[in-house]
Amino acid sequence: MASGIKDKVVILGMGCSKFGERWESSPSELMVEAFEECIQDAGIERGQIEAAWFGAGIDAFNVGASAMPLAIALRLNYIPVTKVENMCATGTEAFRGAVYAVASGACDIALALGVEKLKDTGYGGLPQRSRGLENDMYWPNLSAPGAFAQLATGYRAKHNLNKEDLKRAMAHVSVKSHANGAKNPKAHLQREITSEQAVNAPYIAEPIGLFDCCGVSDGSACAIVTTPELAKSLGKENLVSVKALQLAVSNGTESSHESWDGSYLKTTRIASQRAYDEAGIRRPKEEITMTEVHDCFSITELVTMEDLQLAEEGKGVNEVLDGNFDADGKTPCQIDGGLKCFGHPIGASGLRMIYENYLQLNGRAGARQLSEPKLGLNHNLGGFPHQNICSISIVGPYN
Amino acid sequence: MIGVSAHGVYVPRARLNKKSIATANSWFDASLNSIAKGERAICNWDEDTITMAVEAAKNCLASSNAAQIKSLYLASTTFPFTDRQNSVVLSEALNLQSNIRTMDIGASQRSATSSLISLLESDVESDALLVSSEHRRSKAGSRSEMLWGDAAGALIIGHKNVIAECIGVETSAVDFVDHYRGEESDFDYDWEERWIRDEGYLKVIPPAVEKLLNKANIKSEEIAHLVLPSDQARTPGAIAKKLGVAQEAVVDNQISSVGVAGAAQPIVLFSKALETADPGEYILVLGFGQGCDAILFRTTEAITKYKPFVGVESALANRREEMNYNKFLSFNNLIEKDIGKRGEVDKQTYLSGYNRRKDLLTGFIGGKCRVCGTVQIPREKYCVNPECNALDSQDDYTFADKLGTVATWTADRLTFDWNPPAYFGMVKFDGGGKIMMDFTEVEEGKIDTGSRVSVHFRIRQFDSVRGFRKYFWKAVIED
Repeated sequence: MASGIKDKVVILGMGCSKFGERWESSPSELMVEAFEECIQDAGIERGQIEAAWFGAGIDAFNVGASAMPLAIALRLNYIPVTKVENMCATGTEAFRGAVYAVASGACDIALALGVEKLKDTGYGGLPQRSRGLENDMYWPNLSAPGAFAQLATGYRAKHNLNKEDLKRAMAHVSVKSHANGAKNPKAHLQREITSEQAVNAPYIAEPIGLFDCCGVSDGSACAIVTTPELAKSLGKENLVSVKALQLAVSNGTESSHESWDGSYLKTTRIASQRAYDEAGIRRPKEEITMTEVHDCFSITELVTMEDLQLAEEGKGVNEVLDGNFDADGKTPCQIDGGLKCFGHPIGASGLRMIYENYLQLNGRAGARQLSEPKLGLNHNLGGFPHQNICSISIVGPYN
Repeated sequence: MIGVSAHGVYVPRARLNKKSIATANSWFDASLNSIAKGERAICNWDEDTITMAVEAAKNCLASSNAAQIKSLYLASTTFPFTDRQNSVVLSEALNLQSNIRTMDIGASQRSATSSLISLLESDVESDALLVSSEHRRSKAGSRSEMLWGDAAGALIIGHKNVIAECIGVETSAVDFVDHYRGEESDFDYDWEERWIRDEGYLKVIPPAVEKLLNKANIKSEEIAHLVLPSDQARTPGAIAKKLGVAQEAVVDNQISSVGVAGAAQPIVLFSKALETADPGEYILVLGFGQGCDAILFRTTEAITKYKPFVGVESALANRREEMNYNKFLSFNNLIEKDIGKRGEVDKQTYLSGYNRRKDLLTGFIGGKCRVCGTVQIPREKYCVNPECNALDSQDDYTFADKLGTVATWTADRLTFDWNPPAYFGMVKFDGGGKIMMDFTEVEEGKIDTGSRVSVHFRIRQFDSVRGFRKYFWKAVIED
């Protein structure tokens, strides 16, 4: 039986660029912005980094293929760099590579960096792009909101909800994230909204309206990880360690087998249970103190609360409306604004989530600082409800 | 005895109210107001001659054994492909056997009637399927736009279960150029209506018909149904008068409900006549264009027991009024429309990849696992059932004839679609299997989880750069 990743690797430093419509910045500049913060936080020299993992989601509109864009942007010293891509779960995938490298003993200090430049398409929303040669022949031309809107119809049908109640809860998810984002100077969207605004906004893909969608942003985030021993020897205190790192990838069951009814994320349930086991968490509701989940759309966050066992199945609407996941709720979710307001530069998002946990655990989250953060869970999802990749990372104080 | 044993038609659901054409164009041509009566059938953006042909053929084959079909002719003057046999696409969409004789026949408004004569005279033992389909394009604001429509019709020709026996045929070939469409042009060019009537219809048709009736020893008064395709409202009546056929026998050209469907018109009208005919009645089917085809049928006793799966009457009833003339222009590429940057993504079809997936794309064929019985689409190497996952265990299983239920859906206003919002979702099929697919013909507010659907062969995507179009199956909400 594998012993798992718990407490084998700690975060030495993290950095995150300002997310948003960074018209003035190239992907390289965004990478440097995140990296400079990160390496200063880590207190090491660039030459001490022994290996790097580079995450970028959409090649055609970003940096292009291979690991070279990272090596060139940061002038890395001919170290091994691996490019990873796992759709919107790419950022966590880069982190996983670096953490596993350190855990294996292959290197002592590793870098994970994710970047995405989404605002060079000439239009709003994610880029219209190929889904692959075969899929393009018969898949609907679905946009991301179009894919996740179906989670809302599937969830609504399963739990026999009326449209208005579900829409109200979805609105609450977004109102909460906007309130949180307003306290985050690096967030893409920093303005509060009202429930009425959210409910009455035009549909993008019914029942998903404008304010049910996350920001489409440029940005970069990165982490430098090492062993607890080395971190201590470098004088680092209040170490934040990795408690769990799990990944579950759809195998076609959801899309083609009747056992899935479209009302939940199968991968999230599987990956989170594995992560709880790896971290030794038995009562997630009590033990997890903050979450950053993949709220690409408000409905995703609502359903994810159930899939993570933080809300009772079928009761997500009530639990959301009760404020359980608000900043002052039982388990604050998206205290940094989430994908919704911090923004969603695809390759960077998974690392941005961990960055927020890291800041909170170090008491460096400014106006949005939580009082007693302990275990933070990050949920990073790539793809669509019927075919996706789910990454779960859990971080907390090193014991 | 050879004749027709089954028939079926297809008329697109969308019916453009002709007032919308007049409103938009009468500033230029006030005479349009006088013919702006009723409506005309228009293809949706994802329909063309092939997709309509598939529908008409399915409607015709509904009560027949498709395995008996050994010949398939497709007649049209608006084939989507000039060199790629359109009837073969049709054949594969119908999942007919591959040892079938197929042929495209075009270049004339007589293409369907000439095909019909050819099949009636071919004297083969097995059944033949004749489909005629027409998606006619005409210039914006033209009389043709007002008078024509899109539709398809299909007939099974054979020796068994004949409901209308062929009594005789006659043909004349006369290069009377009432209209033409040259190689370089998208649209027809025609000459004065009165000249076409007097020097064309009235001079070309009567001699051929008289010859046919003489041969068959039938008097013109005995004709109970006269099919003469024409966009000239009064010409069929004038021909009937000249021939001595009763005015009541003239089968209405449906100008104010469907529009004249080009080469498909005689088949559609023949189907209409068969729907109402009693046993022992004579039906004269005429085709006009560079001469004339005349085919005489007599209905048999079997017609009393035959009811088309979809005949003209029910096709006409299955309608949705369209008041938006701009939409019609856009669907027919008659205006240069701004389709947005999301529409600019390259749509090249990788023909080798397309060929590998042809059973899925054209036939809508998935698999049924021999080990566990799980039905699935698309078919992959390993069975999708997590309890099974057997390798290479699936037999062909067609979904093209299955009904299903909407499990999830949305109306996507972000993605590119020729007719936004794009409706799509997960469909679960009766008998097993599910797939996320496009919906078409959705009316706002008439779709939800639990809605019943049937599936239809439609255009999925145009590659306007390379002149290709991809087809796939889409779900339509069953009323």
